[in-house]
Amino acid sequence: MDTSARRRSLSALGPKADRAEVALVRSFTAVCTAILLAATASAAEPQRPAPLKSGIEFASAHIRALQADDFANPGMLWAERGAKMWQEPAGKEGKSCANCHGDAKASMRGVATRYPLLDPGTARLINLEGRIMQCRERRQQAEPLRYESDELLALTAYVAQQSRGMPINVAIDWHNRRNFERGRETYYRRLGQLNLSCAQCHQDNWGKKLGPETLTQGHGNAYPIYRLEWQTVGSLHRRFRTCYSAMRAEVPPFGAPEYLDLELYLAWRASGLPVETPGVRR
Amino acid sequence: MRGLAWLAVCGVAAGCAVPAPGPLVSYRVTGDAIIAPLTADAGDPARGRRVFEGRDGNCFLCHTVPEGRFMGNLASPLAGVGARLNEGQLRLRIVDSMRLNRDTIMPSYYRTDGLNQVAPAWRGKPLLAAQEIEDVVAYLLTLR
Repeated sequence: MDTSARRRSLSALGPKADRAEVALVRSFTAVCTAILLAATASAAEPQRPAPLKSGIEFASAHIRALQADDFANPGMLWAERGAKMWQEPAGKEGKSCANCHGDAKASMRGVATRYPLLDPGTARLINLEGRIMQCRERRQQAEPLRYESDELLALTAYVAQQSRGMPINVAIDWHNRRNFERGRETYYRRLGQLNLSCAQCHQDNWGKKLGPETLTQGHGNAYPIYRLEWQTVGSLHRRFRTCYSAMRAEVPPFGAPEYLDLELYLAWRASGLPVETPGVRR
Repeated sequence: MRGLAWLAVCGVAAGCAVPAPGPLVSYRVTGDAIIAPLTADAGDPARGRRVFEGRDGNCFLCHTVPEGRFMGNLASPLAGVGARLNEGQLRLRIVDSMRLNRDTIMPSYYRTDGLNQVAPAWRGKPLLAAQEIEDVVAYLLTLR
């Protein structure tokens, strides 16, 4: 029976049958949706740690004092260099960041809280480092900045510093939903010869001791960060690489899509925590 | 999983039992234990203690033992473990703890399949050699 014939025969039975059919279709749709939702949610329900704690809360009094004092915080050397670079003309156009963006204290305020985000031009996820590199190449037409170079870390630290104290606030919507899902998948995927996921340490066991170290919740709210272990400032992707190699896993390069998706997931997970850049850790 | 499936295919094609992958010694799981030792040489507790603290074992990162320092508390303390578990039970828990608890944080120390994105330097190699597993089992049995 084709649809129109069925509709005619139902109409013959009166409006009551028509309503019954609509109700049936509706409840069927509802059941299907519920099953689909349950199937997608069961794999790995994204969780945020509660209560949310920045890594600085797990650090020693000495480290906390270093981060809190702008004259003692070694990361400030990079942020100050970034402030100088902001004013320096560069590239064919001879333009500085300030020529377009003005005073960073006003124009860059709150910007770091929204990254990584989907770049409308490329429809790809871009983090703060990526945005600075892009601006430098396209707008200034200057020598590209290398990932993890002191110059890029300095500018990133300076820009992120303008959001210090402001809560991380990434929006997850249809634009970046796929990146978010991939980031979550990476977060819960076991990795490397040690076969551990990010979640097993930083979601399920934060606060416990791994040898002499306390496991933190693994947030990115203080990056770029000065690590005493590194004796320099480093990016969140450098920290990812440290974890990946500790798991004896293949280590993707800086700026890899896998890291960007993970960075988005972590930003969502850290929503509400204040930006601390430039942070200090052991 | 892909590794397991591939092994199963090989096993069927060759018409024989599924061998352990790569250089691994094959073993049989009985209940929650591997009863037979992986090697002919008996485990040495002193060497086992060194593996326990060494870079490849790194057991102390998660477990406490008597007379240890800087130890973690991610996993159960091992004082008295030699009385709580027998040799075969200890062996399986080190070889492949995931067989007993899919979600365990304990790495499988004698397994090379079903892992993701293993770095080339470690691919196809277990975390510990068969003899090291036997040595650690011998050491843990002294913790009574």
